[in-house]
Amino acid sequence: MSLVRAETRRLFRRRLTSVLLIGVVLVLAAIAAGTFVSNEKAIPAQVAAAKQQAARQYQEAAAAAEVEKLRCLAAAPGSAEAANFPANCADLYTPRPSEFEYVWYLPETFELRDEFPEMISLFALLMAAAAYLIGATFVGAEWHSGAMMNLLLWRPQRLVVLGTKLGVFLGWLAGVTVLLGAAWAGAFRLIAEFRGDTGRMTSGVWQSFGLMGLRSLGLVLAVGAIGFALASLGRHTGMALGALIGLTAVQIGVYVLAGFSGLKFPEAYLVPLWGYVWLYKREVLEDWSCDGMTAGGDCAAETFTMTWQMAGVGSAVVLAVVVGAAMWAMRVRDVN
Amino acid sequence: MTPVLEISGLRKTYRSRKGARNALDGFDMVVEAGQVHGFLGPNGSGKTTTLRTLLGLIRPDGGRMALLGREVPWHLPEVAGRVGAIVESPQFFGRFTAETTLSLLADAGGVDRARVPAVLDLVGLRDRAKEKVKTYSLGMKQRLAVASALLKEPTLLILDEPANGLDPGGIREMRTLMRDLSASGMTVLLSSHILAEIQLICDSVTIISAGRRITAGSVAEVLAQHTSGAVRVRLEPDTDQEEAARILREAGAQVTVETAGQLTVRDVTGPAQITRLLAQREIYLCELTPIAADLEDVFLELTGTTPVEGHHRQVDENALAVGQNGWGR
Ligand SMILES: Nc1ncnc2c1ncn2[C@@H]1O[C@H](COP(=O)(O)OP(=O)(O)OP(=O)(O)O)[C@@H](O)[C@H]1O
Ligand SMILES: [Mg+2]
Repeated sequence: MSLVRAETRRLFRRRLTSVLLIGVVLVLAAIAAGTFVSNEKAIPAQVAAAKQQAARQYQEAAAAAEVEKLRCLAAAPGSAEAANFPANCADLYTPRPSEFEYVWYLPETFELRDEFPEMISLFALLMAAAAYLIGATFVGAEWHSGAMMNLLLWRPQRLVVLGTKLGVFLGWLAGVTVLLGAAWAGAFRLIAEFRGDTGRMTSGVWQSFGLMGLRSLGLVLAVGAIGFALASLGRHTGMALGALIGLTAVQIGVYVLAGFSGLKFPEAYLVPLWGYVWLYKREVLEDWSCDGMTAGGDCAAETFTMTWQMAGVGSAVVLAVVVGAAMWAMRVRDVN
Repeated sequence: MTPVLEISGLRKTYRSRKGARNALDGFDMVVEAGQVHGFLGPNGSGKTTTLRTLLGLIRPDGGRMALLGREVPWHLPEVAGRVGAIVESPQFFGRFTAETTLSLLADAGGVDRARVPAVLDLVGLRDRAKEKVKTYSLGMKQRLAVASALLKEPTLLILDEPANGLDPGGIREMRTLMRDLSASGMTVLLSSHILAEIQLICDSVTIISAGRRITAGSVAEVLAQHTSGAVRVRLEPDTDQEEAARILREAGAQVTVETAGQLTVRDVTGPAQITRLLAQREIYLCELTPIAADLEDVFLELTGTTPVEGHHRQVDENALAVGQNGWGR
């Protein structure tokens, strides 16, 4: 228990932890404020005003076209003026009323049901990035500075030490993510109330938002744990960042190779896509190589539906391998 | 007295792409309770490796170790709370203050945080306790490390070159501190290259070279075992120096003729024999002094690291090292 308390204190005494957390909160607040400012509730008076504006725009455009047509007719054939116009003045552009839809003249309005999922994934992305960095520096700086060695002189059980650190970090990360997530959902509920539309929000929709939120939490924790484990493996924060660059290179390599070797759906090997699928539940990948021609000779795409379960299992394997390697290294390595 | 620290047959091989290096090659050591024990050896002889292995930071490749009567590394968690240690050039997380650093360790180890100001005061860092460790000088970091080792109120204190970077005043304070700690019943194991210091404060020593123990025992014993047995002889003025030397050589002694009527005589049965032999030929002495070896002489002799003029000794060149301690497969 004393170790848990010490690690909690250590985590929140780190300046980077607070800087990153405050940064995330500020960015989230800025996004929410921006959404609030750039959206407006659609009230009937605005709809009427928009319709008027659309009609006015149409009339202006029509009048301008009429003037052009008159100039065209007035121009003597063969003159310099006539060169600016088509031979037949009836070919000149004439605007139609359908080209001026009134919705364009309505202010932006926030549709909770359609737009909130994107906000959840934005939240997950931001939190995951912060979690990766906080996790990596939390243990990386500890190794690099020699503080880990000092700690091991006090608590020689290495797996307990690393496990407690990881546990404390993930515990607090989960708490903070849930709290911020709740605030985030509340903020957008209010934005929809005042600057948009909360229509069609059945309990089923709320439930699906909740589940997406839970999957986001899972994603944030997993990314945090991977950052932590990579930095511990490399005994340096920089290793986690280097690994990120390395992994990007490997991913591009795998993608290109998979494409070359004629594997179908090379995107399926991209880990970031797994994250996307994990959040949005499914993604249909298409293959247009047309091995399977239809009877008519035209090409039908083959499809592969990636589900969040597949993405989850894939990510869990990656997570287990990385964290397992970090634990194993902790057990056997010499600490110099 | 029961040993608080026992090592037998300890082996450690560092492996790298260049091959393997035997840092410890069957090393033995015993430290009795209540002693201040000096741990000496040339650079690269395996002192730090031994201490890190004892503290569970490095896995040994063989041998047995016990701390406070418990086998380590298996039972290290049981005794870690009673073993205070600083390892070679200790490092801390630079952005924390000394106070935070120690209070975090106290929390982790279940020690009362209230002890922190007391140990900081003890090592002279009280007034700088609220400054970040990265702003500390070498000696200040070393003091902080000593403070962290004392925080546990250990029964065994293991210090790897604690005087490294300390100013003369600090070294003397460290000496006093160790005497006091030892007087209060603490056992101290101390590695150092400052042999005069060791001779002053240690009850016993172990000397290691090339990963093996080459001698151990109380300081007096070690000095006695290896006293040169040499005696400085000063003859009366106007005596025939060469004659005296010849007489002694005939009796089997090894004689070096120094300047101004002085001889250094080795390998005689005792000073009495010298006086008798010379008096028989009516040569009289005005001074006869046994040349006491100090720890430095013993150390240099045993480890084979005495500087030789015109030769740059390499780190792995020493008494035991021939063909043993180099990189090899
Ligand atoms: N991490 C390591 N990898 C490879 N070899 C090492 C490592 N640490 C130490 N050694 C080697 O092991 C041998 C013993 O080193 P050690 O640090 O124990 O010496 P030491 O007695 O403490 O020396 P010093 O008096 O210079 O501190 C040396 O030859 C050293 O080069
Ligand atoms: Mg050393």
